[in-house]
Amino acid sequence: MSLANIFLPHLAQALGNEERPPVIWIEATTCTGDILSAINAVDHDLRHLLSSVIDLRYQQLLMGGEGSVAREVLEQAMDGRLGRFLLIVEGTIPLRAGGGFNVIARRPSGHGITPLEAVRELGQRASHVLAAGVCASFGGPFAANPNPTQSVPLHQVLDRRVINVPGCPVHPDWLWGTLTHCLLYGTPDLDSFSRPTLFFGQTVHDLCTRRQFFDNGIFASELGQPTCMYKLGCKGPVTFADCPRRQWNGHLSWPVEANTPCIGCTSPEFPDRMTPFYARLPGLELPGVRVSTATLTKLVAGATAAGIGLHLAGKVLTGRLGQTYRKERTPTEIQEIVRVKKILRALPPGCGTRIESRRQEDPRSVTLRHLRKVKARGRGQESRTPRKLEERPPEQGDRPARGERKV
Amino acid sequence: MANRKVVVGPMTRVNGMWEIHVTLDGQNRVVEARSASPFWRGMELILQSRDPRDAPYLTERICGICSSAHGYAASLALEEAAGVEPPPNGILVRNVLLGADFLQNHIRHFYFLHMPAFVAGPEQPPFAPRFTTDLRIPRRVSETIYQGYFRAIDESRRAHELAALFSGKVPHGHGVVAGGATVHPDSEKILRALGMVSKLRSFIDEHYLPDVERIAEYYPDYFSIGGGTEGFFSFGAFPQAPHKKKTAIPGGVMLEGRREELDLSAIEEHVRFSYYDQESRQHPAKGTTEVALEKPGAYTFVKAPRYKGRALETGPIARMWFAGRYREEPSTLSRTVARALEARLIVDLIEEWLLAMDPSSPVFEPFEVPEEGRGVGILGAMRGALGHWVEISSRRIARYQIITPSAWNCSPSDDTGRPSPVEAALLGVQVQNPEEPVELGRIVRSFDPCLSCATHVIKGGRRLTSFQII
Repeated sequence: MSLANIFLPHLAQALGNEERPPVIWIEATTCTGDILSAINAVDHDLRHLLSSVIDLRYQQLLMGGEGSVAREVLEQAMDGRLGRFLLIVEGTIPLRAGGGFNVIARRPSGHGITPLEAVRELGQRASHVLAAGVCASFGGPFAANPNPTQSVPLHQVLDRRVINVPGCPVHPDWLWGTLTHCLLYGTPDLDSFSRPTLFFGQTVHDLCTRRQFFDNGIFASELGQPTCMYKLGCKGPVTFADCPRRQWNGHLSWPVEANTPCIGCTSPEFPDRMTPFYARLPGLELPGVRVSTATLTKLVAGATAAGIGLHLAGKVLTGRLGQTYRKERTPTEIQEIVRVKKILRALPPGCGTRIESRRQEDPRSVTLRHLRKVKARGRGQESRTPRKLEERPPEQGDRPARGERKV
Repeated sequence: MANRKVVVGPMTRVNGMWEIHVTLDGQNRVVEARSASPFWRGMELILQSRDPRDAPYLTERICGICSSAHGYAASLALEEAAGVEPPPNGILVRNVLLGADFLQNHIRHFYFLHMPAFVAGPEQPPFAPRFTTDLRIPRRVSETIYQGYFRAIDESRRAHELAALFSGKVPHGHGVVAGGATVHPDSEKILRALGMVSKLRSFIDEHYLPDVERIAEYYPDYFSIGGGTEGFFSFGAFPQAPHKKKTAIPGGVMLEGRREELDLSAIEEHVRFSYYDQESRQHPAKGTTEVALEKPGAYTFVKAPRYKGRALETGPIARMWFAGRYREEPSTLSRTVARALEARLIVDLIEEWLLAMDPSSPVFEPFEVPEEGRGVGILGAMRGALGHWVEISSRRIARYQIITPSAWNCSPSDDTGRPSPVEAALLGVQVQNPEEPVELGRIVRSFDPCLSCATHVIKGGRRLTSFQII
């Protein structure tokens, strides 16, 4: 008979006694935001998770144990006494000074257990490894240039598959949904960045609740306006996430609903390639929404075939349609606009924006081209082989070329 | 008996990584205490040479539990540098969402982090295993308090939802920007927010305050354990329109029972026991800093800010003292009581601000990033006085600097050996069972420490001028 049955029977009942898989949650170099977001789940809230879904053994912020008691739980998991478990890691893994820029527990000998040491031990014994949040998935804010702690994402220090559930912070539905998929059906479908396509299969731009404003060329010129945030630096077109459909905090709102641009926090290149947050993306020559010359030709041909003056098609393309729509409301015009829109919708998304990219060349398009290449490479192979941990001297560390950021 | 060293590492149930090292004498009294943060990220280095408008969103990422406070302070700093004043309506929106994040923080701190050290929970993970020393509360009362715990899951989420209504999402919301806010209040949002506030008020009245009283009833000695603070330090809380230097909850400095006006130029940072290689006792805005992990004697990544050489405490207890609402001696439980009372006060303030909102007025004032400029953003955050300093050069961040509340409370000893508030609170404490030093966690968590916030590094060749707050 477990103690739970004689002590606090009411709560023991509430928490349930059925078999739940043990979960070890490690906070590496993080802001603790991912666990704080994860417990914002609405119906699958913390109580339900603890009672019916998981057996949360180690979680720095929520566990009852402290000091030696907490360390003992961690060591049990690290040396195999706990058996199989599911590993969730939030935060990036610092490598500088042998990982010494973070200590998550201290042994009686005085030896500090670093996140690097912990996740390499735990990673071997876990049934599934989930990276919760953009830091563990891709590095995130604390691995941003100049990466003072030489931090790397989790998959770079493990020789096994890591399921990346990015976001800054991670959305509770994304994390618990992925975990449940692992428990019930095994590893979910992953994209080339090892993100579950269930949540990261489409761009924010494609799902955007304000997409119509983009299509009609109605752009916000300053923060706080209730239209398309594209010209204020919205990274929705290059960000794969379902925020617009899912929404945050009780499915209540999301950044564009708050009249601010998406900052691309589920992207591998957040935040370095997503900053300045208010700098406009250089056209839309992007993965998934690329427009070839062939489709442009098709568009023009289609427009001509429909008997529409090219000037109107041009207006649609350059984003002046909105104003046209408002100023000239003759029935013929509206009919024609509707027909052009129909043609545009039948074409691959993004072709209406090709003209934007001619206006300016941005150095960051290099990055975007790179993104596209990685994307293309990902299509060729199903899963991505994790890179092995490389020992690098600190001065050569993760310092991405940032042409515009000379100190 | 010889002295004995005891380490609590990890000190769990705090935001960030933390260890407490103490030396016990033959009678198991604490004779030496060290607050050690083994955790460093270098956010201020990361901010260098970025667009200043990115600072509010990036600095939010310092801390998951108080993100809106960092976004707010960074916005204030940039507003001062750009010479822009947000519209009154925008200030109301920002205060509502910051206030909501305060409620989330205070509720989660009490129930998830602080209370479990006093009350035995279910004997199942993650509540167990745990220290079992000195648990005095009978089972029936424990169950009542844990009902509050499970309600707190819903209500802290609701507080986050209230913040998200005006911020898009939290943690790491988008609603506070330099120039004001971005979400326009409308009748539906105001009504919905009022509904949330009323539910939060019932929770505080029916669970939070009574549960604090229940713990106080069984642990009255903790009103005399964990004191030792020399004085209070506060920037107040919630800037008011139209003069943002005026705050809804007043600030100041309290030394030897007397209130003084705050003088930011009197702040010095000591680094004798911190892993930094720099000249000690400098104004925080001066000098360069290099990390030195092998520095002899150093034990933490947090510096020791001191005001006129004193180690002052900041947080809800300081704010409630200046507001004249609660003036007990600092101790483990008086800090907890002050935090609960502050939550109750904030509920009323949020309601007041919601009713003062004007749906037809702007919330955002556009501005240009200045070519050169400097600004300071000081703010009452959940845990106390938070300051952001920014210097802009060629429209880029030339240097950025942050002093967090937990740097004040959880710092190491200073050059003269004067202990920090957390260390002072531990000195002289009688530990019942050195194998399970449960007293230490109870005391230090009453400060609501956030080591995510506290560990920073400051770098940059130029100095800022000193700032005076009127």
